[in-house]
Amino acid sequence: MSDIVVRAESLGKTYGDFRALKGISFSIKAGQCFGFLGHNGAGKTTTMRMMYGMSTVDEGKLWLFDQSFRLTPPAVKARLGVVPQEDNLDDDLTVIENLEVYGLIYGLPRGESQQRGKELLAFMGLEDKEHNSIESLSGGLKRRLVIARALMNAPDIVILDEPTTGLDPQARHLVWQKLRSLKAEGVTLVLTTHYMEEAVQLCDSLVVMHEGNILAEGSPQHLIETYVRPYVVEVHLPLSQVPENLTDKVANWGGEVTQVLDSVFLYADDGEKLWDNLDCWGLPKQACLLRAANLEDVFLKLTGMGEEA
Amino acid sequence: MEAMRIFARHMAVFRKIWFTNIMFNFIEPLLYLTAMGYGLGTFVQDMEGMTYLQYIAPGMVASSAMFAASFECTYGSFLRLHYQKTYQAMLAGPVTVRDIVAGDILYATFKSMLFGLVILVVISVLGQVQSWWAVAIPLFLVIPGLAFSLLAICYTGMVANIDNFNYYITLFLTPAYLFSGVFFPINSMPGWAQAVVWINPIFHSVEICRALALGNINPGLLVHAGVLMVLAALLMPVAVRLLTKRLIV
Repeated sequence: MSDIVVRAESLGKTYGDFRALKGISFSIKAGQCFGFLGHNGAGKTTTMRMMYGMSTVDEGKLWLFDQSFRLTPPAVKARLGVVPQEDNLDDDLTVIENLEVYGLIYGLPRGESQQRGKELLAFMGLEDKEHNSIESLSGGLKRRLVIARALMNAPDIVILDEPTTGLDPQARHLVWQKLRSLKAEGVTLVLTTHYMEEAVQLCDSLVVMHEGNILAEGSPQHLIETYVRPYVVEVHLPLSQVPENLTDKVANWGGEVTQVLDSVFLYADDGEKLWDNLDCWGLPKQACLLRAANLEDVFLKLTGMGEEA
Repeated sequence: MEAMRIFARHMAVFRKIWFTNIMFNFIEPLLYLTAMGYGLGTFVQDMEGMTYLQYIAPGMVASSAMFAASFECTYGSFLRLHYQKTYQAMLAGPVTVRDIVAGDILYATFKSMLFGLVILVVISVLGQVQSWWAVAIPLFLVIPGLAFSLLAICYTGMVANIDNFNYYITLFLTPAYLFSGVFFPINSMPGWAQAVVWINPIFHSVEICRALALGNINPGLLVHAGVLMVLAALLMPVAVRLLTKRLIV
């Protein structure tokens, strides 16, 4: 068996006359954290659903553990852990019962399921919530419980569809920390996100998706080096106060200007010189911010959200 | 068998709610039994050689079982499918839609049998059971339990809105219940209606329950049981197909 655990070739999906996924190809190595970055409607969730058997593979091919299928067979699902976008916890059961019952679905004997449930509650920092109702949990706690549930069968791959959407910063960092320790144990993580920071924090490799296509692939660092210049000046001025011909002036100097909705960004290879030039382009420095380019810049550039000004 | 894992989930829930659940399902048949049996019954001289209470009592067992299976696989299944997303959560595990449908049917059939049994105990205590054959009633209730839960889950698979269950109850269950031989013999109905009754599943269930309660065992009962079994067998693949359409896109 190769060390590729997930592979897709020209994977497509059409709902009625809407082509949600337009033939994407990718491969995920064992032990990696692989990210799908894109905004809502990019095709991330569709791809995840095909992996864990909630959607059929009608176009192209998808392999999990070297096995291709139209609908993920139970034997493959037995090796996956799934954290869906919505918290579909069982409201009729308590916190620990949610885990125990889920273990039974995987065919764990009752005693073992109970034992494992308790271990995972401890791992996710939920020990003191063992007998709580689901209703009484905050969004962050629910999310942690969904992750604990996905680990009941000691999966080889954990699929996380927007694991931290809607969580506050503390809760998000805690989830990230737990995911890192899973990765350290050798579990393959496949996640979707629209948070750039999450992708940078967790992913070894990622694909940028937009309108059903993959636009770029690589490590966060590689993408930043390949697609954008290393330095950025954010111009915090209303568009009406941005000098005319700015684009031409910056371009003549050797930089680039991108406009995202009402914000203007200047890109250059040399940050200091870029900063020094602001005055002569008529940009007040107090309204500007110089920083290193990041994944967000890559994303905006690739998805065309940042129109070339 | 994977369906047993789904059933185990439902039983984990049932262990918490059994008391209120049984009480709720126990009161309604008891109301009918007293209002019809003791109330209306005083004006009825004789029903095929029985008192009116004796006549309707086995029908109460059959109908209680029918309502239990029907409610579980309409409202219960609908909530799990659309609100709680229990099915979706389970489907991420190593089970198929067929397992999930089978697990739900098993649970509804179990409840159907149990609620039928509760009413059977009540009518026995009231002295309305004439034969030891009656102990076979709970066992028999598995068959209509399967048929009614499958009918209900097929309907659940077809509707998008919880309000649609009003139609199922008002336009199907209630008429089926009223014209099933529970309250009056079907041979008092016009000939065409007597023919139509044969497609009414509760009619077959009532016939068997009454025969067992009276100890009136005859080969005709196999025909009634057969109709229900054929119905269940035909509906299972339909239910799986309908639920698959809802769950897997």
